Amino acid sequence: MIWKTLKVGFHRLGSPPTFYRISALISPWLWAGFALCTAIGLYYALYVVPPDYQQSDSYRILFIHVPSAWQAMAGYLVMAILAAIALVWRIRTTEIMAMMCAPIGAAFTVICLLTGSLWGRPMWGTWWAWDARLTSMLVLLFIYLGIMGLYAAFEDRRKGARVACILVLVGVVNIPIIHFSVEWWTTLHQGSTIRFFGESTMHPSMMPPLVWMTVAVKLMFGAVLLDRSRNELLEQDRRKGWVRQAFGGDA
Amino acid sequence: MNLRALAALLMRDLRLAVRHGGESLMPLFFLFAVLILVPLGVGPGPNLLAAIAPGMIWVAALLASLLALENLFRPDHEDGSLEQWWLGHLPVTGLVMTRLFSHWLITGLPVILFAPLAAQMLYLPNQALGVLVLSLLIGTPILSLVGGLAAALTLGTNRGSVLLSILVFPLVVPVLIFATGAVSAVADGFSPRAHLGLLAALLVLALTLVPLAVTAALRLNIE
Amino acid sequence: MTSLLEARGVSFRRQGERIFTPLDITLETGSAVVVLGPNGCGKTTLLRLLAGILQASEGQLARHAPTAFLGHASALKGELNCRENLDFLRRFHGCPGISSSRALARTGLTGLGLRPARTLSAGQKRRLGLAGLLVSPRPIWLLDEPYASLDDAGGELVDELLDNHLAQGGCAALSTHQRMPVLATPAQALRVEPAAAEEPA
Repeated sequence: MIWKTLKVGFHRLGSPPTFYRISALISPWLWAGFALCTAIGLYYALYVVPPDYQQSDSYRILFIHVPSAWQAMAGYLVMAILAAIALVWRIRTTEIMAMMCAPIGAAFTVICLLTGSLWGRPMWGTWWAWDARLTSMLVLLFIYLGIMGLYAAFEDRRKGARVACILVLVGVVNIPIIHFSVEWWTTLHQGSTIRFFGESTMHPSMMPPLVWMTVAVKLMFGAVLLDRSRNELLEQDRRKGWVRQAFGGDA
Repeated sequence: MNLRALAALLMRDLRLAVRHGGESLMPLFFLFAVLILVPLGVGPGPNLLAAIAPGMIWVAALLASLLALENLFRPDHEDGSLEQWWLGHLPVTGLVMTRLFSHWLITGLPVILFAPLAAQMLYLPNQALGVLVLSLLIGTPILSLVGGLAAALTLGTNRGSVLLSILVFPLVVPVLIFATGAVSAVADGFSPRAHLGLLAALLVLALTLVPLAVTAALRLNIE
Repeated sequence: MTSLLEARGVSFRRQGERIFTPLDITLETGSAVVVLGPNGCGKTTLLRLLAGILQASEGQLARHAPTAFLGHASALKGELNCRENLDFLRRFHGCPGISSSRALARTGLTGLGLRPARTLSAGQKRRLGLAGLLVSPRPIWLLDEPYASLDDAGGELVDELLDNHLAQGGCAALSTHQRMPVLATPAQALRVEPAAAEEPA
């Protein structure tokens, strides 16, 4: 009963014209929320939080690095949930949304790797270290790229999305294993283990900007996801009736 | 389960592999190419070679299994044999397992058989040899399973081969870590049990999940 | 007469678009259906759908007997010789019929048993595909363009094989665009109409 209602609800929301309308309503609010949270977060991060006694100001990159890292992983989770819904109920809008998660997730992974590298230079004296977290992130990036490549390699967009959704689900099983194995690998090769936060805990004053920035990044993810999905839907359906109606005449 | 059909498929696959002759020996040539090129590149020092031997043999095994993937389902897809699997009276998941098994026989088994020789050439300590072979026995089937999944996913595309390696590489990271970890552990005088146990767990997981995913991916791709 | 295959309102969608307007088909023992329609109207798609290779996007499909499907690609391995190809099909599909050499003789390929399948001409490959139906007999035959690239004698051979098959209680659906089958019990014609572009609700 509950499943039935849920399914009907998903299908209704999944109809392209409805999705197009609703996402157009929500997206500006997400962007506004993102701008607000970023402004507050950056204010705290750059002016309120005192400099670190060891790292002086360079540690402030953390307020971009950590939210991006979290979002790179959370983005995969969102993509996996969408992919599961898409495969079970064959809803095209969800397929498209799942596929649109991949480039955004990949972008956050790249931001995380780049900021990590920039931070690593003054901290560890090297651009790259085979740290467990960095290595897992690098592997995650390649999984994202694989999903994007697979989706793009099909002429039939629908088929490509469904095949790539299978890969997304395989990745869900595999990513925890990869993370665990990489952690195991770095602890065995003791020489290169470097800890981000060491023994020290985070200073309480660092919490507010971190929280604001995390929320900001999540809102931005949602906004970009909706916008990208709308564009993709519009492009795929450019010859369909609802697009013509929405834009009047021949679109 | 219709075992006759599975046996018929296995026999035909092996017969085709024999007919292809040289192509089927490629994995082995590849293993030896790596074995000869790397010492030429890094120098013949026994300590260095012994230290990198497990990793080298494993990377060679991985690349060897990648070599044959492009032809795992594609010829059958093109000549119409693959769609015959779905006529309803055949156990598709069983056929998928059979096909992956023949892939392992052609790419995994030769590497395992020649691994002792390779280990000698790279000065791997003798006490680590058994574990190396054991790790290959448990690990190479996982390579075939994961590779088969990538081959099935990319079947409907026309530029499969580059994509194949991008898809396979992240998924086999744990295999590589646990397998080479086991060999290094023994070489350093520790017990390899934990590594091998985790590797075996990966094999069980792959054996249960991958055939289902491959079947689903093939089904989508023949449409 | 029992029905071996029943389809009610089946159609298939590719990229969200219907390929042909939904169809009803019933194949009973001893009956044959000829699928007609212009190029690209979905005849092959329909036969693949009846075979179970594609899943119907709408409608119901029930098959009550093992199925044989002969497509454009004949599912032959060029590296194997004719006899090996047939021996494989015989064991693979699990309902052994006449021996491979008798099937070769029946389809006019006597003496070619040891020739690699890749060296055969297009018509001979077609005949080898037909021989594959004989070595593992299944009651439902779905033949996509069985007359393609066959000479007149080959066309008569297809008719003969179909007559035998129907007389033994089988059924068949085949598509064609050049030659109509001439059978003892005339085949029903089924026209496949390309679906008009529809507006989503």
